[in-house]
Amino acid sequence: MKLYEYVAKGVLAKHGIPVPEGFVVTSADQIRRITGPVMIKAQVLIGGRGKAGGIKPAENVVDAKKVAAGILGMNIRGYVTKEVLIERRLEVAKELYLGVTIDRSHRSLLFMASPDGGMDIESVPEDRILMLPIDPLIGFQPYHSRKVVGFMGVPKEQAAQLAHICERLVDVMLKEDAELAEINPLVITKDGRVIAGDAKVTIDSDALFRHPEYEKFEEDLTPLEAKAKQEDIAFVQLDGNIGVIANGAGLTMATLDSINMYGGKAGVFLDLGGTDDPEKVKKAMQLMLEANPKVVLINIFGGITKCDTVAKGVLEAMEGQSVKVPIVARIKGVNEELGRELLGNAGMIPASGLSEAAEKASQESLR
Amino acid sequence: MAVMVDDKTKLIVQGITGYQGRYHSQAMREFGTKVVAGTSPGKGGESVNDIPVFNSVAEAVESTGANTSCVFVPAPFCKDAALEAIDAGIKTVVIVTEHLPVMDAIHVVAVANARGISVIGPNCPGIASPGKAKVGILPNKIFKEGNIGVVSKSGTLTYEIVNAITEHGLGQSTCVGIGGDRVSGTSFIDILERFQKDKQTKKIVLVGEIGGTAEEEAAEFISKHIQKPVVAYIAGRTAPPGKRMGHAGAIIARGRGTAESKIKALEAAGVKVAKFPTDVPELLG
Repeated sequence: MKLYEYVAKGVLAKHGIPVPEGFVVTSADQIRRITGPVMIKAQVLIGGRGKAGGIKPAENVVDAKKVAAGILGMNIRGYVTKEVLIERRLEVAKELYLGVTIDRSHRSLLFMASPDGGMDIESVPEDRILMLPIDPLIGFQPYHSRKVVGFMGVPKEQAAQLAHICERLVDVMLKEDAELAEINPLVITKDGRVIAGDAKVTIDSDALFRHPEYEKFEEDLTPLEAKAKQEDIAFVQLDGNIGVIANGAGLTMATLDSINMYGGKAGVFLDLGGTDDPEKVKKAMQLMLEANPKVVLINIFGGITKCDTVAKGVLEAMEGQSVKVPIVARIKGVNEELGRELLGNAGMIPASGLSEAAEKASQESLR
Repeated sequence: MAVMVDDKTKLIVQGITGYQGRYHSQAMREFGTKVVAGTSPGKGGESVNDIPVFNSVAEAVESTGANTSCVFVPAPFCKDAALEAIDAGIKTVVIVTEHLPVMDAIHVVAVANARGISVIGPNCPGIASPGKAKVGILPNKIFKEGNIGVVSKSGTLTYEIVNAITEHGLGQSTCVGIGGDRVSGTSFIDILERFQKDKQTKKIVLVGEIGGTAEEEAAEFISKHIQKPVVAYIAGRTAPPGKRMGHAGAIIARGRGTAESKIKALEAAGVKVAKFPTDVPELLG
């Protein structure tokens, strides 16, 4: 779960990392007074805000109101700006980069640092980025900080501040169950302070049971995706016109790929996971119909999820409405005969294998 | 032979009194697994499907000599359960539980590695060695004893492929589902190494998916250390960047982890990569 910049900065501050003074408003009228020059920053969960005109300076209150009014409501790459952060402007001497993420290969945290802050870290040459996997049984130690400080080449006056921020950023990861904590840029000001100019924090959504305080923040989801999430169904909207219901992430992806091989394109990805509850299947099917695909493809390999459970749920969802969309059903595994019989009677297009199902669904979608 | 689990496996089911634990302890026994005990704090002395239930893993190990555990405990309590098993002397811990926080996975895996314990998962379907034993939730009916070793990040997609292999008239030595989370206890490489050493295994099937670089690392390992033929399937060729495709680990982030890069690496290592999952048996020849 991605956090807005101002929420992320609140998290950094809570763990002792300096951030600029600031406040958030939802309308320009809420800006009463500012003390000195500020930056006004759109709060949206997407990168490239600056280039899109979502980050602008202001010198006084009148100016700030005008700028904020211009940014509020702005559509930045599909995200509407509902809030702006008004922040004291920093006098920048140098910009650095710090980030901590998950290192899948080392099965640990990965600490990243670069003296070339302020730009997309992807465009920084590799030899200008320090990558330190942190052994979980060793933890982040002062020798790690010393290595970062040395690599950054910061003056003595800032070395202690930087080391402190490094330690604190690892704390943010561990204590908040974050999967990403990034400060870019980490600013060294003209008066010698080290302070977080921007902040990106992503919380592991599997760990929300330990952090109920984050549950109130909205996620980067379409309305249907949000609805699916409430029902605990994995639902992803794509840009084709075939709706795919399958069980298990791998099988669902393989189904999408197979459709593609026959020239079709999936518009919705819906993974039932390991449910055996007809009510959940029913809700999934209703969501699918709401997404309005041209064809629905059901591909189930039943194990925990039994085939007749799927059939029952699908039929219940369609009860009482005239569903015109063609449905291709391929059902295999536990209780497959029962499931097939139920669906066959309802006029669905049967398919025996994954490839055949993908081919039939693609043909229907191109009609 | 076979790898990871066999007729010497003596299994504890952690969380045996829940719906999943109850159902799968029975299914594992029907597969031939020696399920010697279950655990459920506060329910010691009870029994499930005639399997004795203990309050702790240590008690269960002491009474039964168990060496393997299968964890069905819900995510908030799963780290505790896995560490308890490791501390009680269990040698192979299979974590079926999904949605384990990644920090918990990192902790459990680090401890297991330090102690020389194998952790499979989290979020995995488990391991099946047909004719010998199964630990996990893979469906019993699809397997047949044979000489194909299967290692996969997926659950149901593995069933699809195993089923196709069986219908083709071939069988499996062992099938290992390593799980689709970002941090897993066991990697492709760990299992490939075991398959290379295993006498029963003649050919290997690797089922990967988008996200991370485990498939690329496996490809490099295959080109250097694996002499047995390998066939692969990679799911997610058509997945758009930045969307998490069901598994926590299945995401193309910052241009890395694409199916294209994985397929290219595997093919360069001499691996035949199937276009459709059901093409795998034919490529096995």
